[in-house]
Amino acid sequence: MSPLSTVAPPTIKKPSAVRTRMRSGARYAPTLATLVLFILMFIVGAGMYPSFLSGQVLLNLFIDNTFLIVLAVGMTFVILTGGIDLSVGAVVALSMMVTATMLQNGWNPGIVILAVLVIGGGLGLLMGLIIQYFDIQPFIVTLAGMFLARGLCYVISLESIPVTDPFFTGMAQARIPLSEELFISPGVLIALVVVGVAFFVLHHTRFGRTVYAIGGNEHSAMLMGLAVKSTKVLVYSVSGLCSAIAGILFSFYSLSGYSLAAQGMELDAIAAVVIGGTLLTGGVGYVLGSVVGVLVLGIVQTFIAYDGTLSSWWTKIVIGGLLLVFILLQRLFTRRTN
Amino acid sequence: MAAHVVQNLPRAATARINTEKISRMNELAPVVEMTGIAIGFPGVKALDDVSFRLFPGEVHALMGENGAGKSTLIKALTGVYTIDSGRITVLGQQKNFSTPAESQAAGVSTVYQEVNLCPNLTVEENVLLGREPRRRGSIDWRSVRTRTREVLAQLHLEHVDPGSLLSEHSIAVQQLIAIARSVEVNAKVLVLDEPTSSLDADEVNQLFRVIRDLRDRGVAILFVSHFLEQVYELSDRMTVLRNGKLVGEYMTRELSRMNLISKMIGKDLEVLEELDQASARSQARLAAGAQPFMQAEGLGRKGSVSGVNLSIYPGEVVGLAGLLGAGRTETARLLFGADKSDEGSIKVKGQPLKLRSPRTAIDHGIGFCSEDRKEEGLIGDLTVRDNLVLAMQATKGWARRIPRRVQDELVAEFIETLDIRPANPDALIRNLSGGNQQKVLLARWMVTSPDLLILDEPTRGIDIGAKTQIQKLVNRLASEGMSILFISSELEEVLRLSDRIAIIKDRAMVAEISNDDVSVEDVLTVIAGGAQ
Repeated sequence: MSPLSTVAPPTIKKPSAVRTRMRSGARYAPTLATLVLFILMFIVGAGMYPSFLSGQVLLNLFIDNTFLIVLAVGMTFVILTGGIDLSVGAVVALSMMVTATMLQNGWNPGIVILAVLVIGGGLGLLMGLIIQYFDIQPFIVTLAGMFLARGLCYVISLESIPVTDPFFTGMAQARIPLSEELFISPGVLIALVVVGVAFFVLHHTRFGRTVYAIGGNEHSAMLMGLAVKSTKVLVYSVSGLCSAIAGILFSFYSLSGYSLAAQGMELDAIAAVVIGGTLLTGGVGYVLGSVVGVLVLGIVQTFIAYDGTLSSWWTKIVIGGLLLVFILLQRLFTRRTN
Repeated sequence: MAAHVVQNLPRAATARINTEKISRMNELAPVVEMTGIAIGFPGVKALDDVSFRLFPGEVHALMGENGAGKSTLIKALTGVYTIDSGRITVLGQQKNFSTPAESQAAGVSTVYQEVNLCPNLTVEENVLLGREPRRRGSIDWRSVRTRTREVLAQLHLEHVDPGSLLSEHSIAVQQLIAIARSVEVNAKVLVLDEPTSSLDADEVNQLFRVIRDLRDRGVAILFVSHFLEQVYELSDRMTVLRNGKLVGEYMTRELSRMNLISKMIGKDLEVLEELDQASARSQARLAAGAQPFMQAEGLGRKGSVSGVNLSIYPGEVVGLAGLLGAGRTETARLLFGADKSDEGSIKVKGQPLKLRSPRTAIDHGIGFCSEDRKEEGLIGDLTVRDNLVLAMQATKGWARRIPRRVQDELVAEFIETLDIRPANPDALIRNLSGGNQQKVLLARWMVTSPDLLILDEPTRGIDIGAKTQIQKLVNRLASEGMSILFISSELEEVLRLSDRIAIIKDRAMVAEISNDDVSVEDVLTVIAGGAQ
């Protein structure tokens, strides 16, 4: 070694415990920012429209977006590994079509739901296998999956198929009272259970931690001896399964199957996940953040509905703006921590 | 053979490995035995009939130049590459690793040069990832914390908070955490691939203390490093590879440094001596009154460097010396137009020139080989030929295609003069070792035949053999009339090659000295702030 490089060695940095804790807290910063934004929007809304304060407005955000919450949960898994799943919207539509057609033909609702879950999970598994074993970008594979699922919808029917099954209409109309004035739908419960299970899986199982490790550094995860391949395949399966669940929830909500339904919903799900603080590069993010992301999208829509004078297209413009702001915030955040 | 001996030993002897002296090691069974290993990549025979053994409680250094096959041998042992032929036994059992997970399960843990952990996870997660203690299917985070604290304490890392993010820690600490991960699995074999390349002296000492601790506990340690001093300080035994073949296995204390080097490069040390004579090149070719190729006067940039007064004559090697971070690279970037200067002026061949961008510099015959090989534009997925032809074609313009015959001749010539190994124009760049990549990079600039070539740390991180070749090449280019600005942290190297030396200190050029009988001490005195 040269004498030059040994002159004045820098000392090993030992950050104080307090500083360490503060900087570790920075992990939650994007998600917390979204939560703060949501609360602010709610307060502003309450100032403008007193009925916001009834509480039911908040619950309606959940009731109207059950399917999007479930989709965002599945998408969070995929994005955490650094991947993307563009097929989810089309799989939702396919699930609805399969549901409506099978019910029309007199199948038992239990079997219908099981069939839909198998189809969704199976499609996801197939895409995961292709992504992993042929080493193709998730963007292309799930784009193909999107066309396939959407195409199958048209094969089933071009017309809208109504759902008249008593179990489904019952679920659509059922209301679970929380107090005298407040209520939620059974769909909300299902969505919350999905969120709870996802949270547990991500934070308390080896599979979940491997998802984060792959997003952090896939090569390292492989060298650390983690089950990278099977985890990556499973993540798309989870997303497919979530799309199927979302399709069933959407059927509860809309009581029909239509091949043009849920168009662009994959993009709403991605937007919710990103606004919820998950990095598109993977490894950082929380499923609860994605739920808040969906609520932010929902409250923007509520605002525009309350205003009444604005065209619904303003929703898209506001969401686009928010998305941009959050991506920029994330960039600033990652730059600072690196 | 050793396996027979161990059966005759009482059981207790194997248990007392930790306290055994190295001299008795031959009587014990090796933990790892690799025999007749061969691995090939398209166009490259990376390993050919290599054997290697590793005993418990020893530090075994794997030595060789870049491209000798050290990394490949390690990757065969750790399951990253699958072997084409040969046999690997770990703890007496024959193994056929096809994934890192299998190798780890057999007790082989590896810490790579680039820390292979997840920066987005906490220290405790990185230590236990994939092996987290569970209770009723759920990760028991409390046990994770306790277990991590225990392991960190073993490595004298009590000050590291297990809940902090990995990315908050210095590379040195991250490397120790990677070792903590291997300690946690109770690894029998610990492979350390260039663990010290990004550490400073204090950090190296801390790492060595940990390595010695582990050795004394009976762990077999395979250590790879370019720093000969560290190898001699730490290792008990070494295996030398050259060109993918085994040269031999030696006890460290029985092999002198000189002998080691000649075994590594496979020729006598006279070659090294030649270079010293080359530096005694006559100054005569700098004819009196000659016009400097480039002349910088009071060149500087706010917040970067200032006061650069430098004249570089054709056929001259000017060395740029200074401490790491003193402003050497910054100076080079100013002279190449990669950063815009805001004071002073530059003249090229006597004409004032405004260097607005690297493009302008290249148009005026200036080339810059930056210290970052990977970012420099070698295209890893293309072959040696393609990379060279790209550069040639760029100088010719796209319209005039270079005939295949001319390409072949030029490429063959460069491979021969630069001794690029493997000597195969169709080998992929990414399959070449660091030193050989550096040679291809140099060849790319030579193709464009610049008048001034700025070389920033061209020999960093490459082995002695490739280093001498690059030094020889610099000499030859200069004697053919090219001006060279040579930047290196190795002062001996700068002194050996340069006609004149410019010294940078604290982001300003402080002195320019003619290199006649200048010693390392002289230059250090200037850098230390003494009299010129």
